[in-house]
Amino acid sequence: MNYQFKWSVLWSGQSGVWLLQGLVTTVEISVLAWVLAAALGILSGALRTVSWKPARALATAYVEFFRNVPLLVWMFFWYFGVPPLLPRAVQDWIFNHSAEFWAGMFALGVYHGARMSEIIRAGILSIPRTQFEAAMAMGLTTFQAYRLVIVPIALRLIVPPATNDSLNLLKNSSVALTISVAELTFQTRQIETYTAKAIEALTAGTVIYLVLCVGIAAIMARVERRFAIPGLIARGG
Amino acid sequence: MLDFGVIVSNFKFLIVQGLFGWGGFAGGTLRLAIPAIALGFVLGIFIGVARLARSRWINLPATLYVEFIRGVPLVMVIFWIWFIIPQLLRLPIPEYGVALTAFVIFEAAYFGEIVRAGIQSVPRGQVEAATAVGLTAAQTMRFVVLPQAIRNMVPALVTQMIVLFKDTSLASIIGYVDLTKAAQIVNNREIKPFELYLFIAVVYFAFTYAMSRFAQRFERRLTAA
Repeated sequence: MNYQFKWSVLWSGQSGVWLLQGLVTTVEISVLAWVLAAALGILSGALRTVSWKPARALATAYVEFFRNVPLLVWMFFWYFGVPPLLPRAVQDWIFNHSAEFWAGMFALGVYHGARMSEIIRAGILSIPRTQFEAAMAMGLTTFQAYRLVIVPIALRLIVPPATNDSLNLLKNSSVALTISVAELTFQTRQIETYTAKAIEALTAGTVIYLVLCVGIAAIMARVERRFAIPGLIARGG
Repeated sequence: MLDFGVIVSNFKFLIVQGLFGWGGFAGGTLRLAIPAIALGFVLGIFIGVARLARSRWINLPATLYVEFIRGVPLVMVIFWIWFIIPQLLRLPIPEYGVALTAFVIFEAAYFGEIVRAGIQSVPRGQVEAATAVGLTAAQTMRFVVLPQAIRNMVPALVTQMIVLFKDTSLASIIGYVDLTKAAQIVNNREIKPFELYLFIAVVYFAFTYAMSRFAQRFERRLTAA
């Protein structure tokens, strides 16, 4: 192998700024998409467990269709496919307001919302039915029972799988480079293009992703312990 | 105006070339997904078994491998392989080779975790009984533990296969002509993004939904047994 390493490309010139900007964009798009995914996931996950059939069918259709199609296809669909159908004025407006960021964020959030929905549904189904019956006996409406009893318990049960999928969301935000969102992987490629130093650039990007993922996993392990319901679930380790 | 005629007139290119890979380009989603699933699973078995090995020299590298790969996006791994392999071998590699290598390396870490969990779900007494009848460690693994473990793993394996099938769309980033790239190529000529991307979404959905239904049926049969 005949490769001249030149690590200084990472801190000379623009590279450092690019990496930092990429990191900020990755975190921004991931946090916004996560909020959307959590909202959609809780809503559709809860709807999938109610007794009213049309609500269940609607939520199931959303989950099955969105999680079974590649994220990349959704990015293309929301970024290239949908805007041309909108009125001219709306199109001009969104393309002047970083359309690629919002389309990418939306695609990421809706896709992961479907996956989050499955996790939340599993959490709700693992709660003994008597909890729901007790809530009804207290005179709560179904909506109140979900809002005050079922969903809060479910959220405390699903911390580990939800963390796992949140990290997947963070890593999947890299797919947004295909619609030219200037996130971390995009900036890594940019450094490679400008300096022709592929290994150094990729190492920098890879290390940042690893630190992000390992850091979040460590924080969430503490959150998990803090929110574990005493006496209800015994988790080893 | 929506015009789904574009699907009909390009059906052959999208499906025959993009999905199956028969045509002018060395491409195809299925031609990439099927070997990637098979090779990724085989490598995953080795990694899963290695993670449970008693020797630190075997389980530590396997653990590091899994933790490393799981902390990095697939897109990043694809770019690594894309830049590194031609450097190492001093010759250009076709996109197919790059994509297949990247997917096998990436997915083997995830398959490895499934295999490990599957092996750990086999009761300890099975291993003791196999040792008692005189099987060696390797024989115990091959004839007693793995057959039972694989049975327990099937639902998780199918889920991972679905993930991998969807992930193959990322091979289009480096120019591999799969279903997604085929749609992009047609779109560049026809400018019908809504119709084309919706159509390939439906094609992907048909495959993955069929796989997940199969997994559910299999799961029910296992729990009934």
